[in-house]
Amino acid sequence: MSDSHELSRRDFIKVTTGIVGGLIGTIIGLPSIFYLIDPALQEGGKEAWIPIGKFEDMQVGIPYPFSFTRVQVNGWERTASSFGGYAIRKSDSPDELLILNSRCTHLACTVNWSDEAKAYLCPCHDAKFGMEGEVLDGPPPRALDIYEEHRIAEDGTIEIFFKEA
Amino acid sequence: MWKTVYNWLDERIGLNDLYTNILDRPEPKTSWWNTLGSASMFLFIFQGLTGIFLTVYYTPSPDHAYDSINYIMEGVAFGWLIRGIHHWGATLMVILVFIHMLRVFYTASFKYPRELTWLIGIGLFLTTLGMGFTGYLLPWNQKSFWATTVGTQIAGTVPFLGEFILKALRGGPDLSALTLQRFFSAHIWIIPAILAALIGIHLFLIIKHGESHWPQKED
Ligand code: HEM
Ligand code: FES
Repeated sequence: MSDSHELSRRDFIKVTTGIVGGLIGTIIGLPSIFYLIDPALQEGGKEAWIPIGKFEDMQVGIPYPFSFTRVQVNGWERTASSFGGYAIRKSDSPDELLILNSRCTHLACTVNWSDEAKAYLCPCHDAKFGMEGEVLDGPPPRALDIYEEHRIAEDGTIEIFFKEA
Repeated sequence: MWKTVYNWLDERIGLNDLYTNILDRPEPKTSWWNTLGSASMFLFIFQGLTGIFLTVYYTPSPDHAYDSINYIMEGVAFGWLIRGIHHWGATLMVILVFIHMLRVFYTASFKYPRELTWLIGIGLFLTTLGMGFTGYLLPWNQKSFWATTVGTQIAGTVPFLGEFILKALRGGPDLSALTLQRFFSAHIWIIPAILAALIGIHLFLIIKHGESHWPQKED
């Protein structure tokens, strides 16, 4: 380049091109990133009390299965997702119900109670959980999750507290 | 550090040569009208980028196309911006390509040895129009539905082959899910691939021959 300290015509063009290009890149580039990750930034989290069955129908020592679906609006579509679990009655007090989530703690398949095995079995990688959710066998890192909060309605229906992810 | 990386690459790909031959090549004294080809290419790249982003949410199905566009406009952060650029950029590209063609015509730059550049250019103009035609249907609203009905019906008036052309364009005798799907495929894969290849040849020829000088009084 030239020895003088003045900006040559060519350097001026280069610098201007760089600046204008950079500006356009940022003005379009930054919004594009938000555009792409937008669904990850949306807040879901609707809360609800979900009825799972009558307390009188739950028998001590036999896991009581329940399931429910929640409809969520994803983009331009309503998607129904299923959830489920087992209520384990221990005594005459509804407070002592243990309500397990049937979502496997390994990689989220759904476990099923097997009467013969006296365990919840996972079809995906052969996990085995005991009646109260403890891990008996297989890869899961921890016991089955529990629905922490539940209440009993006047007519004896058990309702669990559910918060969407 | 960067110097070493740069030199290593330069020795193998010849970055410096590429730079001087492509971006720093000698030009005759020309005018701002000579920037329109580059402007067209810039728009093509922008259409490509924003188009790719649009496919992240757009669904080419009669059940969902309209709703998914609505969602882009109202539900997604900056969706209006991405679609806006793509929408207005499409119109601007057709205009720019056409003015570029006019300038090449008025400066008589299509003559020897640039006839092939001109012919490829005609292909570029037609494919650019094809992008507009196929893209217009994608929102699947009343306007696009009837515009495509009319457009394909016109193609159907070709003597003898008309009915075949109409069915090939629509994927059947009427506008349907098949029409939307094949227009989508043409719009995002087939025509852009042709367009990109043509631009490549066009640029190669321009760099090979250099820009034509502007016609003088004696010419
Ligand atoms: C997608 C569309 C197009 C792109 C991206 C494009 C790109 C370019 C570029 C970058 C140049 C060099 C700079 C300039 O002279 O403006 C150029 C030159 C040229 N273009 Fe295009 N072009 C397109 C469409 C067309 C069309 C429709 C025609 C004519 C039918 C055409 C014919 C030519 C010719 C003959 C030249 C050489 C001009 C000269 O040497 O002075 N191009 N084009
Ligand atoms: S998901 Fe249940 S064992 Fe892997």
